[in-house]
Amino acid sequence: MLQKFGLIIFIAALGLFICTLGMNNYTLTSDILEKNFKEDALLDAKIEFASMIDQSYSNSYTFITELSEGIKQLNKVYNAQQEWDKKIYEDTILSIVKASANGYLVDNKGFMFLLTFGMAIFGALLFILPEAQKPAGIKNNGIYFNPAMTRKWLGISIGTFLISFYLALYFKPQYIANWTMLIDPVSKLIKGGEASRWFMYGFLYTISVLVMGIRYIIKYRHSKYQIIRTLSIMFFQTCIAFILPEIMSNLNLPSADLKNIWPLDYSFFFNYRLDKLLNSGAFGIFLLVWGIALFVVGVPVMVYFFGKRWYCSWVCGCGGLAETLGDPYRQLSDKSLKAWKIERYLIHGVLAFAIIMTIGVLYTYFTGSYNLLGFIPTESLKSSYGFMIGSIFSGVVGTGFYPLMGNRVWCRFGCPLAAYLGIIQRFKSKFRITTNGGQCISCGNCSTHCEMGIDVRAYAQKGQDIVRSSCVGCGVCSSVCPRGVLNLENAETGSRVMIAPDVLLGNLMEK
Amino acid sequence: MQHVVIIGNGISGITAARHIRKQSDCKITVISGETDHFFSRTALMYIYMGHMKYEHTKPYEDSFWEKNRIELKRAWVKTIDFEEKKLYFRLPNDDDKEAKIGGSISYDKLILALGSTPNKFGWKGQNLAGVQGLYSYQDLESLEETTQRIKKAVIVGGGLIGVELAEMLHSRGIEVTFLVRESSFWNIIMPPEESAIISRHIKENHINLQLSSELDEIIGDDNGQVKAIRTKSSEQRPGEEIECQFVGLTVGVSPNISLLKVPQGNMIGREKPAFVLGVGGIKLNRGILVNEYLETNIPDVYAIGDCVEHEIPPKGRKNLEQIWYTGRIMGETIARTITGKRTKYQPGIFFNSAKFFNIEYQTYGQVPAELPADIKTFYWEQSSGIICVRINYSAENQSVTGMNTFGIRMRHEIWDEWISSAKSIEYVLENLSKANFDPEFFRQYEAEILEKYNTETGSSLQLKSKKRFFSKIF
Ligand SMILES: Cc1cc2nc3c(=O)[nH]c(=O)nc-3n(C[C@H](O)[C@H](O)[C@H](O)COP(=O)(O)OP(=O)(O)OC[C@H]3O[C@@H](n4cnc5c(N)ncnc54)[C@H](O)[C@@H]3O)c2cc1C
Ligand code: SF4
Ligand code: SF4
Repeated sequence: MLQKFGLIIFIAALGLFICTLGMNNYTLTSDILEKNFKEDALLDAKIEFASMIDQSYSNSYTFITELSEGIKQLNKVYNAQQEWDKKIYEDTILSIVKASANGYLVDNKGFMFLLTFGMAIFGALLFILPEAQKPAGIKNNGIYFNPAMTRKWLGISIGTFLISFYLALYFKPQYIANWTMLIDPVSKLIKGGEASRWFMYGFLYTISVLVMGIRYIIKYRHSKYQIIRTLSIMFFQTCIAFILPEIMSNLNLPSADLKNIWPLDYSFFFNYRLDKLLNSGAFGIFLLVWGIALFVVGVPVMVYFFGKRWYCSWVCGCGGLAETLGDPYRQLSDKSLKAWKIERYLIHGVLAFAIIMTIGVLYTYFTGSYNLLGFIPTESLKSSYGFMIGSIFSGVVGTGFYPLMGNRVWCRFGCPLAAYLGIIQRFKSKFRITTNGGQCISCGNCSTHCEMGIDVRAYAQKGQDIVRSSCVGCGVCSSVCPRGVLNLENAETGSRVMIAPDVLLGNLMEK
Repeated sequence: MQHVVIIGNGISGITAARHIRKQSDCKITVISGETDHFFSRTALMYIYMGHMKYEHTKPYEDSFWEKNRIELKRAWVKTIDFEEKKLYFRLPNDDDKEAKIGGSISYDKLILALGSTPNKFGWKGQNLAGVQGLYSYQDLESLEETTQRIKKAVIVGGGLIGVELAEMLHSRGIEVTFLVRESSFWNIIMPPEESAIISRHIKENHINLQLSSELDEIIGDDNGQVKAIRTKSSEQRPGEEIECQFVGLTVGVSPNISLLKVPQGNMIGREKPAFVLGVGGIKLNRGILVNEYLETNIPDVYAIGDCVEHEIPPKGRKNLEQIWYTGRIMGETIARTITGKRTKYQPGIFFNSAKFFNIEYQTYGQVPAELPADIKTFYWEQSSGIICVRINYSAENQSVTGMNTFGIRMRHEIWDEWISSAKSIEYVLENLSKANFDPEFFRQYEAEILEKYNTETGSSLQLKSKKRFFSKIF
């Protein structure tokens, strides 16, 4: 009853949230143009937008589209004339849209924030919390009857929504300008200015991790491993990824997400970031050393002792979202041998791409030459990586495909850091999932609910330890196993059972 | 090339096929009428509850069979001619006992892995619509169909499948009454304390558990559909009528040997076990009788898994042990014999496991419901009332003989070793942490357990603690 009520509130809030996109009126003034255009481009802009200036638009879509068209025209000219520095990017369009907006939403940001975010969180919690009254223990009841979790109409709708969101966020942020406005009150509170699209994204992300983290903890509350692990994810996302960088920039320090590691953090060695760190005194140098030490020393050492889980399912933001927001979709990962094969090609391909791209970027940084080995154009390496891997793969596909291909699409097929962590986990680590003698009944719960698409049962039913480069150590296979067969353990590297015994424990026949 | 034919694609038949393939190049055919591919029967409940779909319960990808040259045939075997070494298949609607029209297949060696069928004890109304057991995939399909819109169900018989069925129906919001003949749940297998925990836990999960009550008859309506059941009146409670639209019969299973039975089998001899001769003279009793090599009395015909009855069971074991693990062990063993190394069935220390709603249960060695005179028992229960450990040991030399655990996962390997090498109860308790298989960060109870033993016996044993976190790392 309460849960139904919560669901209704949540859906209403979500509906309203989507409606806010069309809630404003817009008037473009020359004042706004002056603030957003460089002097040498201002005149072009004034001519281009002459017909729009001081006109009131009540339809946000018309306004934004007309504005975007105009900017496209300008950019076309600049491209033709090779005046790169005059080009106008998404963030400028976004801030023009924000500045032009007026009306109810603009005047009532705080109230509307409560009505959308506040109500959505309230509704979600009403839906989630009553679960705690039921007896603790794994209950995956009804997952395969639920249209949201089985690629049915609802799952496809959610996927479409997420994909559109990411496409807008990366490539057409002007269309979701009103959402950044909703977050302005929070932004004012934390950093004293208006919310950028990335601040809005970070906020949404963190809220998702927190609310769905609570859901996860309640669902798996009989397992302390799951509780502690999820609290860790929630902490790292909220404090280290979201708040700390804002504090750093408030203190006029170069801001950084301290737990983001190259090559996941693929722009770590980009010239503008290196320059910034090198020009920010001791703290900048510290960040530089920290970032390099993480992947040179931190990753191998930690993976040796604990497996890649220390990062992928305890610390990482992408992993954090997958474990929380993505948990309802974990069973959708493909378990076939074919998928495993594709996975190995893809993920190591991306790792290779990331390394070559970074070498190219550093080469350009130190030599000033834009052609690695004389023929590889480093700038286009960099921009194609950013576009294809950074935006499309990790964002649009990585999260947008949760309801279609499971919650770890990015982590499994794309993340170059996961590939790196995985190689160490596979070849030099104390970590393994131990199988308990002959106790497996081949039921398939472990494989079904493994988000990485590992056919855990294939190992368990022949008494072999699970040593797989992709295992993120989420521990769900162990949690859902009804016979207590699986356990995530760290012990001497040599003690991993890599070859299945001839027959399972429990058979004494002579050899 | 020798042709090995296996009837039954369950765990025993499939294990045999896989191991024969590993050890030889012969032709292998696996026949089953139930499903095209091997699936995990133990996971039937999870399909009904929506945790998984049927395809997830298949332990091997469909391409596995071709890759390993294991031929699969979906058909019901109608009869076997042991003289000719030939099987005959049944066509759909082929009720003529004699007709051999469904095609046939010849074998050089035949493995019978027929599994079992749910018991029915001749109750009035047991064949009404809405009354069924739960064993096969077809049972699941009919369960799915009959329970779509019902409100109330009755389950008769308190074994492992009964609890699973109760949980299944409950997950669909169906009100479940669970009739159990015994005065405490499963107390023919479980000692009283464990039995009490399960009884309590079943009730806590909103199942109407009626102990000491027995089914009298099942009552149908005009359409031949079940509408109620009546219980027998006993000293503890008067008989009553309970309304329901579904009756689940889970009063155990029996070897599925209908294929081999002949109308009037002759009872031979008085010696134990008595047997009858079935089709072609194969010896049957409750199951297919086999010697310690899993050979039947017919040359080149073997039997494994649930359908087997051991003429001479291994020491300390029963004639019939119809569980997953024994089926698998028999499959491993028979593969040796078939591929040229005649090998005895030698299961090691007994083990088993189950889950009662949220309580995970594991057992190693022998823990009979009633304590034998020469065995002592140590029992510890946590205050939550759902976690416990029982260790049985010899009164004479203190060596451990068996254990039960609820809610604490234990290492199979370690217990197997402790029991087979007759470690003393004191050794075991001091080293209990070594057997702990719970995930990291779980609360550990070994100290509490040991303390109880110390108080009860006036000893002062010390826990050999597991290496601590840091010493474990370095
Ligand atoms: C719901 C449920 C839960 C269970 N849970 C557990 C558990 O947790 N732990 C445990 O240890 N055990 C459990 N069991 C018991 C376990 O599943 C069985 O012991 C095991 O599956 C038996 O395997 P088998 O290979 O001997 O036979 P089966 O799996 O029964 O396979 C026999 C096959 O042969 C086929 N067959 C029979 N006759 C013919 C014929 N004439 N022609 C063609 N095909 C034929 C049958 O259709 C069947 O497919 C459970 C059983 C059920 C039903
Ligand atoms: S194998 Fe287990 S621990 Fe590893 S990713 Fe899969 S479910 Fe998680
Ligand atoms: S969940 Fe457990 S029992 Fe089931 S297949 Fe996996 S390891 Fe085996």
